[in-house]
Amino acid sequence: MSQGTLFDKVWDLHTVSVLPSGQTQLLIGLHLIHEVTSPQAFAMLHERGLPVLFPERTVATVDHIVPTQSQARPFGDALAEEMMQALERNCEDHGITFYNLNSGNQGIVHVIAPEQGMTQPGMTIACGDSHTSTHGAFGAIAFGIGTSQVRDVLATQTLALAKLKVRKIEVNGTLKPGVYAKDVILHIIRTLGVKGGVGYAYEFAGTTFEQMSMEERMTICNMAIEGGARCGYINPDQVTYDYLQGRDRAPKGAAWDEALAWWQSLRSEADAQYDDGVVFDAADIAPTVTWGITPGQGMAVNELIPLPETLADSERAIAQEAYAYMDFQPGSPIQGTKVDVCFIGSCTNGRISDLREAARIAQGHHVAEGIKAFVVPGSERVKQQAEAEGLDKIFIQAGFEWREPGCSMCLAMNPDKLEGRQLSASSSNRNFKGRQGSASGRTLLMSPAMVVAAAITGQVTDVRQLSRSEQ
Amino acid sequence: MRQVQAVMGRALPLLGNDIDTDRIIPARFLKCVTFDGLGEQVFADDRQQANGQHPFDLPQYQGAQILVVNGNFGCGSSREHAPQSIARWGIKAIVGESFAEIFFGNCVAIGIPCVTAGSEAVAALQALIQTQPQTEVILDLITLQVQAGNWCAPIYMGDGSRQMMLSGSWDGTGQLLSQVEQVKATVAKLPYLAWSC
Repeated sequence: MSQGTLFDKVWDLHTVSVLPSGQTQLLIGLHLIHEVTSPQAFAMLHERGLPVLFPERTVATVDHIVPTQSQARPFGDALAEEMMQALERNCEDHGITFYNLNSGNQGIVHVIAPEQGMTQPGMTIACGDSHTSTHGAFGAIAFGIGTSQVRDVLATQTLALAKLKVRKIEVNGTLKPGVYAKDVILHIIRTLGVKGGVGYAYEFAGTTFEQMSMEERMTICNMAIEGGARCGYINPDQVTYDYLQGRDRAPKGAAWDEALAWWQSLRSEADAQYDDGVVFDAADIAPTVTWGITPGQGMAVNELIPLPETLADSERAIAQEAYAYMDFQPGSPIQGTKVDVCFIGSCTNGRISDLREAARIAQGHHVAEGIKAFVVPGSERVKQQAEAEGLDKIFIQAGFEWREPGCSMCLAMNPDKLEGRQLSASSSNRNFKGRQGSASGRTLLMSPAMVVAAAITGQVTDVRQLSRSEQ
Repeated sequence: MRQVQAVMGRALPLLGNDIDTDRIIPARFLKCVTFDGLGEQVFADDRQQANGQHPFDLPQYQGAQILVVNGNFGCGSSREHAPQSIARWGIKAIVGESFAEIFFGNCVAIGIPCVTAGSEAVAALQALIQTQPQTEVILDLITLQVQAGNWCAPIYMGDGSRQMMLSGSWDGTGQLLSQVEQVKATVAKLPYLAWSC
């Protein structure tokens, strides 16, 4: 049983009661909602005649369904428009802050809460979206919930939960050139498996994470759920505090000093006890790309697609399914595989530092013929900042489309979709069958830098090779 | 509220590890403001590709109430639309080797017990209902056993979730709301709630 970790401390501070079932009633400090998983929750409240208990602790935005080309209302898609209107009405009826399109604050829910300083160390954060684990980058305990649980948070500001175990995942050392946060988390998931984290919170520790920016840390925690861990977190440090200071909703003045002392007190103790631990060496991590239909089916870009006999028994059936679905031969290289669509964006890699790095690599190059490549900023603020820096022009000159903010082709609930058997190089988080909008479409997950390399060459390319020969 | 102590009925085998919620209910069906009608869309793409041969379409499994799956079932997206679509198709309980955590919580919240059994037991049960689909399967949450004819195996469910099923307290809103004074006391204790937001 873990003891003295940030997870234990935050859990204890937010424990309201122990329920008759033995589960904990946990207070949720910040509740984020969006248009897809909230309408049924509000309907359930209405049916029961229940109000929202603390409307000031819930913040809403719209991200999943919004088109990234024309955002004029009403939307061309009547169902999307209906969802949009439901969210507008529910927020107005219950006095919930709503960052609508063109508010200057709209964007992917896991991008806007951190950029506005809403996400802070020591909070509990819930949202009807599995990538809520992102917020753990700040030392918050943050996790995804379903719609009935959204109802519970709206009505009671609490959830009934069983406490998780804590696994410490240490990565030490400096990453090699061309290796990014995305590669680190894909490498971890590839090693521990997509269900390795079930029942655990992942604490990411070690010098590699200490050297990362907040945006890189968000990429790491974002994909904890892809390793089965409902939440992942990193202890807050000076990088965290520097990021937060001065942001709209961050504490100010005397409250800032009080906050700093409180945040520091929440860090995992040096002698904290963990339920499990794993250690990685940053030097072992290469640019990583997925070859299959789960985020755990990853490989270094310069390796060969694994042969079934090299995989654990329990992984062979899903590997066979993956070879067939992806139309890949075990034992063949992934480099040189022709791609059709290149997507940069999502709550994993749609932040300003992602776009800066992508633009740096794209500059002076052009997207290969026949490739559809597009960049979707994570929020209105990210878009505005990118345009202020001229990144949009670099992308457009290089042949990328420059879009409006939203979740876009990560899950393809808006008009951005793969067609038929198209193969996508994607900076998003899931390569499930049919994930990007075509029932037979295929996805290769990789860092934004690797997506740019794929766009320029028209095929899966080791970004380090591109750097040497073409930059 | 409905107590869930046992589920009895025919069972449906769905083989494979890591079946994610995008497969259970593709994202395009999430464009809705109610869960009504999702039962028809469950596994829509898999079923279309299987051309009538998907277990959810096979005539011998129509009317089945227990779904038998393998490992890490329901991984991926937190969409409650996934268990809602399974439930609205007619499933009342799921037996599997393991479940993804958010999916499991979503099932509990709508009164669908997810119980685990050893991989050999799951394989045996899947084989049994493939060869004898008419077999009545009994999933007993009191004795923690799954029974099919003369065959029987132990099952497991975390104590908290099991108690919620047995006592009929799986819809937690009322119980959580009854502690509203303690909720307010906890809020008052947390420094950050006064700072901002």
